[in-house]
Amino acid sequence: MSRCVIRGGRVIDPASDRDAVGDVWLDDGVIASGPLEGDLDDEWDASGKIVCPGLIETQATFQEPGWDGDETIASGTAAAVAGGVTSVACLPETQPVVDNRAAVEFIRQQAERAGACHVFPLGAVTKNRQGDELAEIGQLVEGGAVALSDGKRPVANAEVMRRGLEYARMFGRRIFHHPQVPELVDGGVMHEGLYSTLLGLGGMPAEAEEILVARDVALAEMTGGSLHLMTISTAASVDIVRRAQGRGVDVTASVTPHHLVLTDAELQTFDANCKVDPPLRSREHIEALVEGLVDGTIEVICSDHRPVPAEEKDLELDVAPFGIVGLETLLPLCVRALIDSERLDWPALIALLTSGPARVLGVETGSLAVGRVADVIVIDPDLEWTIDPSKFRSRCSNSPFGGWQVRGRVESVFVEGQRVYSLEDRV
Amino acid sequence: MSTTSDDQPGAPDGPVWTGENLLGLEDLSAEEITAILDQAAEFKSSSLQSNQKLDLLDGVVVANLFFEPSTRTRTSFSLAAKRLSADTIDFTSSGSSLSKGETFIDTARNIEAMGASLVVVRHRSPGAPHQLARRIDAAVLNAGDGTHEHPTQALLDLFTIREKRGSFEGLTVTLVGDILHSRVARSNIWGLKKLGARVIVCGPSTLIPPRIEELGVEVAHRLDDVLGETDCVNLLRIQFERQRGAFFPSIREYTHFYGMNSERLKAARPDVMILAPGPINRGVELTQEVADGPHSVILDQVTNGLAVRMACLYLLHRCQVEGGRA
Repeated sequence: MSRCVIRGGRVIDPASDRDAVGDVWLDDGVIASGPLEGDLDDEWDASGKIVCPGLIETQATFQEPGWDGDETIASGTAAAVAGGVTSVACLPETQPVVDNRAAVEFIRQQAERAGACHVFPLGAVTKNRQGDELAEIGQLVEGGAVALSDGKRPVANAEVMRRGLEYARMFGRRIFHHPQVPELVDGGVMHEGLYSTLLGLGGMPAEAEEILVARDVALAEMTGGSLHLMTISTAASVDIVRRAQGRGVDVTASVTPHHLVLTDAELQTFDANCKVDPPLRSREHIEALVEGLVDGTIEVICSDHRPVPAEEKDLELDVAPFGIVGLETLLPLCVRALIDSERLDWPALIALLTSGPARVLGVETGSLAVGRVADVIVIDPDLEWTIDPSKFRSRCSNSPFGGWQVRGRVESVFVEGQRVYSLEDRV
Repeated sequence: MSTTSDDQPGAPDGPVWTGENLLGLEDLSAEEITAILDQAAEFKSSSLQSNQKLDLLDGVVVANLFFEPSTRTRTSFSLAAKRLSADTIDFTSSGSSLSKGETFIDTARNIEAMGASLVVVRHRSPGAPHQLARRIDAAVLNAGDGTHEHPTQALLDLFTIREKRGSFEGLTVTLVGDILHSRVARSNIWGLKKLGARVIVCGPSTLIPPRIEELGVEVAHRLDDVLGETDCVNLLRIQFERQRGAFFPSIREYTHFYGMNSERLKAARPDVMILAPGPINRGVELTQEVADGPHSVILDQVTNGLAVRMACLYLLHRCQVEGGRA
């Protein structure tokens, strides 16, 4: 097995509170204490660069099984690695749904075959994601599901959500929920506000999210269950989560970078690539989300990677599917939203992309502590580049960020000690 | 193109409009709107009143793509094109791309490949003409996109008001009814505000979209409160087909508060103008005697619609020719 060292970089490992220039030693797929005795297979210079754990995505949608023309676990994990993401939790929005043990094991097997990075399947909370009956959560967990989620389909029935939180708690698993009252967003395309009025597009009011955030927090408090609110997007949601955490409720939350850099005004172009769920909000919501990141209320940033083929994004805006393909633009968009604006420093940002997601998912990756799996990335924090969706490794290019000039790029990626990606070798 | 040339047939002097597409009145300035209205006035006298066919679009192919049922607007566009000697293709299909198996963009590109250089689009989805305009070279005319805009309807409303009143200064126009689902309301608001009118939107609170005041309009919920200060009432059709859920308890209650009847007409200004974009639901938005009475300009609107659509087709074509696009 490979023995190597990454020398002279600014090593940032929030999990072990490390931020200093130094070397990172990789031995036989794990982080070693170094210096290693004997010959090294490789030695990499990282001076002027940031060396940190590989990033962790908490909610990607890979379309396999079901719609593998749009994305597969192989193409999705290749996209992940190109974005510096070495662990991906994938939503069970597949056909068939990952609501049984065989389906979880299929995901793990396909990830094994692809061999690009770690894949952590999420199992469904309810059978076929219908929201009626609990899925076989215990067997999903035995098959390898790290958490439970019905993906973008909310568990509308409060009784089912209550029992789900209670039952998942027995297995030490968290429920990832997309909070949105379905009847308040029926026919909705974008945030309800000035721009939905101007454009005549169906509105998705902020309150549709906030009502279920409040309900879910109450149910988590009632049951002692563990709750993760997926990609919250409104000021009141942040406030409800902050107060619940203050009372000791086990609730975590994430945001996406696109909700930090785009507003609902973007829909004026009628570009379906700006159609996302939850919708892009107005400026005041963005400020509240950033405050939630700064004070630690929100501990995860995820790309919410959601591939949609061009022919479907070409449909009428109210018919086109929601989603942005995000794994390959996760880092630079975070840099723009949070580092360039001087709201966070690099260690704080990297925590939101590594140790935070690891804690929420309950996985062991995302740390450079000795003995941990050697998932390491090298970032050039100052490299300026232009986003070109046609060069994405994802099978889809549904991104509104084509042509954006951004800063910060992943230069090389190590998974289990093997160098699996480098920017200079990129074709 | 920056000036109108004297040898241009049917081209009045004054302001000009040089758009590549007509997607909405939000995009146009007061001067550009005025240029279209002036051209329409010219066509009304030179062609419609004397029943003369003009040859300004001879050899040009105009495609009418109606992805949503329409009789009035489709007929009006088709006749406007024929009055200008264009060849027309009418394509009608209801339902979204998904139900047809071909995207609406592909449909339009096929029609464009048959030689159409002016494409009139009606679609149930807001923004569909904008999406199309990015994908085809032909000029796109929005003939109504969902609940977003309906620029030619607003232009004909503006034309009708201007024809009767001369100017918009000091004029109060009240748009009544389902503002939330009305593309006619949105286009009218843009046009009327740009030309200097005062605009009141009046309807049940469930049918007034959020933050509409930021467009510079006043909001009222009782027609009787604002009728006395209104010069022009535009009675929007209740969009039964666009409403999801219950926005008001019953037609009877709607008519009770917002229906224009003889009683209300007595409380209105003596010279009040009654407009309605049609098709009207007689007995709902207005009664028979109001629709057919002396204050109604509903049929003038239909005639003027023809003149306005001739103007839009012609001006877009002229822009293509002078811009080297055709």
